[in-house]
Amino acid sequence: MLESSWPLLSLLIWLPILGGVAVLLLGEQRASQGRMLALVVSGLTFLFSLLLITGFERGTAAMQFVELRPWVEALNVNYHLGVDGISMPLIILTTFSTVLVVIAGWERIAYKPNLYMACFLIMEGIVVGVFSALDVILFYVFWEAVLVPMFLIIGIWGGKERIYATIKFFLYTFVGSVLMLVALVYLQFQAGSFAILDMYGLGLPLATQVWLFIAFLLAFAIKVPMWPVHTWLPDAHVQAPTGGSVILAAIMLKIGGYGFVRFSLPVVPEASLALDWLMITLSLIAVVYIGLVAMMQQDMKKLVAYSSIAHMGFVTLGFFIIFDIVLRTGGSGALLALGGGMVQMISHGFISAAMFLCVGVLYDRMHTRMIRDYGGVGHRMPLFAGFFVLFAMANAGLPGTSGFVGEFMVILAAFQANFWYAFLAGTTLILGAAYSLWMIKRVVYGEVANEKVSALQDIDGREKIVLAALAVAVLWLGIYPAPLIEIMEPSLQQLLDNVIDHGIG
Amino acid sequence: MTIDAFETPNLLLALPEIWLLAMACVVLVVDLYSSDRDHGPAFILAQITLLVGIGITMITQWGVDATTFNGSYVADSLAAVLKSAILLLVFLGFAYSRDYMRDRGLLRGEFYMLGLFCVLGMMVTVSAGNLLTLYLGVELMSLCLYALVAFDRDSPTGSEAAMKYFVLGALASGMLLYGMSMLYGVTGTLELSAITQAAAEMDEHRLLFLFGLVFMVVGVAFKFGAVPFHMWVPDVYQGAPTPVTLVIATASKVAAVGLFLRLIGEGLLPLLESWQHMVVILAVLSLILGNTIALVQTNIKRMLAYSTFNHVGFILMGFVAGTPHGFGAATFYAVTYALTVAATFGLIMLLARKGFEADQISDFKGLNERSPLFAFVMLLLMISLTGIPGTVGFYAKWMVLKAVVEAGFVWLAVLAVIGAVVGAFYYLRLVRYCYFDKPEGEGPQPDGSRGFQAVLAVNGLAILWFGIFPGSLVAVCMAAFL
Repeated sequence: MLESSWPLLSLLIWLPILGGVAVLLLGEQRASQGRMLALVVSGLTFLFSLLLITGFERGTAAMQFVELRPWVEALNVNYHLGVDGISMPLIILTTFSTVLVVIAGWERIAYKPNLYMACFLIMEGIVVGVFSALDVILFYVFWEAVLVPMFLIIGIWGGKERIYATIKFFLYTFVGSVLMLVALVYLQFQAGSFAILDMYGLGLPLATQVWLFIAFLLAFAIKVPMWPVHTWLPDAHVQAPTGGSVILAAIMLKIGGYGFVRFSLPVVPEASLALDWLMITLSLIAVVYIGLVAMMQQDMKKLVAYSSIAHMGFVTLGFFIIFDIVLRTGGSGALLALGGGMVQMISHGFISAAMFLCVGVLYDRMHTRMIRDYGGVGHRMPLFAGFFVLFAMANAGLPGTSGFVGEFMVILAAFQANFWYAFLAGTTLILGAAYSLWMIKRVVYGEVANEKVSALQDIDGREKIVLAALAVAVLWLGIYPAPLIEIMEPSLQQLLDNVIDHGIG
Repeated sequence: MTIDAFETPNLLLALPEIWLLAMACVVLVVDLYSSDRDHGPAFILAQITLLVGIGITMITQWGVDATTFNGSYVADSLAAVLKSAILLLVFLGFAYSRDYMRDRGLLRGEFYMLGLFCVLGMMVTVSAGNLLTLYLGVELMSLCLYALVAFDRDSPTGSEAAMKYFVLGALASGMLLYGMSMLYGVTGTLELSAITQAAAEMDEHRLLFLFGLVFMVVGVAFKFGAVPFHMWVPDVYQGAPTPVTLVIATASKVAAVGLFLRLIGEGLLPLLESWQHMVVILAVLSLILGNTIALVQTNIKRMLAYSTFNHVGFILMGFVAGTPHGFGAATFYAVTYALTVAATFGLIMLLARKGFEADQISDFKGLNERSPLFAFVMLLLMISLTGIPGTVGFYAKWMVLKAVVEAGFVWLAVLAVIGAVVGAFYYLRLVRYCYFDKPEGEGPQPDGSRGFQAVLAVNGLAILWFGIFPGSLVAVCMAAFL
């Protein structure tokens, strides 16, 4: 393992958390200083996180930037951090999204703005902790702690039904994770260590593995979310303030996907193999059925929320078709599938963030999310319309945008597993286009629908910066994804070898 | 039985109790001659007694393993940990009680005197090396508590609660004593260490032994308030003055841990197989019933009473493991739970005013508008009780789960975490009122002296501090058993 000379990961965790506390301590009277401080802290964190890219050693699957210190000595729990090619891009995604959220919430938040900023900063630190923890207890601490700021964000700044939505969100995700805690405690007992890497390849009996798999599945599937435990997501998204939706979609859902590659596949590979049919079925249902559900939505935010579920279906599909690919062809396609899932996670982080921000831009002006209240927005907000169409295209998986890369990789790999998997997954290209573009048609194009629409102002400088940054990210990842894949490949290869060795044997 | 030669007891080992006894008498006398209507001197003396008591306890008993008074008094690390916790908790209780008691005309010197004697009883209990010492401690504690519950003489609910507590408590003490008498009958000794040895060797009187054990488990379960011996808890919590509820909910739980460990956990460890099942049943019932009923409570004191069962269930789970790790986890759980609940009752007292108890859950509406600091403290307390990481409550739950999983009771762990999810629902409801709702009328008003607010804030933030740096506290609780 590669030790780091100075604790970069700790900095990325604690700088935003302490910064958030500082913003909170400013008091609600000093909102403008609070905003500035929040921007500085999130900006610095993002810049520091870029050091992860520059200092990252390519071509190795080992953990990097490792920090190891005793934490609860009496029980051998360590403060153990480190990143590999799987987690590093997700950390960058986190720090990037937080900057955008801070800018997006600049003057829009009137009620207790400093508390709002503090919640997002603290959450940023916690999420970086989730992605970099290498000790199960540390991981679980961060994993659960995420819920608290999100609970407050939805509950305080949300819409009319916010209290119902936030309690549903909290309880749903809490149910999933407590069983994972029992699983982790059991694994620690078996492995004799709290280090995640020590839990790989334990060779537990299949029946035990299946139980552990189910516990993990509940935790991760609810976070992703997979059909049929997705019902908290539309409520939470619709009620959350724009920033909350962005963080939920861009980052929180990724925690679930990350859990599958960090825990389910390598820790219980035999059970993953035994139950991959279940995962594939659920993923395909998410892709097809939820895609259809998305098409019928009247509420733009709900539509984007459902499309998130459908797109995350690709992630889990990519992760769990590897067994079929290896068993049928022995091969290379498995890496493509894993890589596709990972790229899809990053790409969805950008696209869904952008879609929610676009809806937020409209909502801030019109105070409605209903598609029928709009029409002809493009006449009044041409620049915004350009961005919105671009992101909708990316959401539909148009080549040249990041949405295409991940989905295409997964579909391509799926052909090696089973034609019908690929066929069903491929329908997303039609469904995605249908719901995204149909919404665009009704909202952006056509005649100006009413007086309110005709009074709309185009996006201001702040909104331009945010959307432009996301547009660059979406296009860059769509046109030139190679650097990302290069970073991830060694870690994914090692994961695959590990899973094949212990799972298929 | 031979009578041991008289040896001069090593009084130094029992210094904490001697100090407390002496000071309790001093408090009584000083208060008689003091003309301060607020009983300031008694209050300050009592607080000094408790703080100095912590110091004396740690100095004389931490890291020691000795007995005195012919083995009837044990001084060891476990005693040091539990006593320090008890002293600290009662210190907090007194610190929070001033304004509350003054507003209700209950500020009398006897309050401090009874409180100190109650602490003395708890301390004797956790240091008992002999059945008689144990019973003496338990009774001293209980009698003071009965009186304290009835402290507000004119309150019908208070008197009813005290009567209920007294009658049921006496019954439980009887059970405990009956069980002890059987043990004495079988082994012919009152020494716990001798009884432990006899339990390990004895075969022919096993049945009698177990018979006694059952009665003792019942007695202890009553003191814990474990289901199905819980009937007194909600009424006492609601009826007693809030500071007294605080002492019952916190210090007496810690003392009960000491009682269980001395008498059954360590005393009858050779009979683990026999009492394990009984404790499992108590734990399961406590986990299920407490949560279910707490869901529908609108009075926060009653809600806390029912949710106590859930936490008692967790503490009992730690005992179920029957290992040093399990006992350490249970101790850690009890201590941290008590700290959390102490702050919760402190908050209730902070918001209470003359003629207003602040004991309805809806009384907390909009606390964040009025006082962001105490709303945050409330948030910390509730998520700690739920068991969310970042607060100390998580480590407590996790350590207990670890102990039971290692003892092979995975199903119990699963049941417990599902219970924690149910618990999340009613704890979050309080957070919801504090943060998401707007205040009604003038809303909750935190008013209390500066000292009160400062102690409460420190108490609340300690939950966060130990949630991020739990190492030292875990080490202390574990060291008591290793």
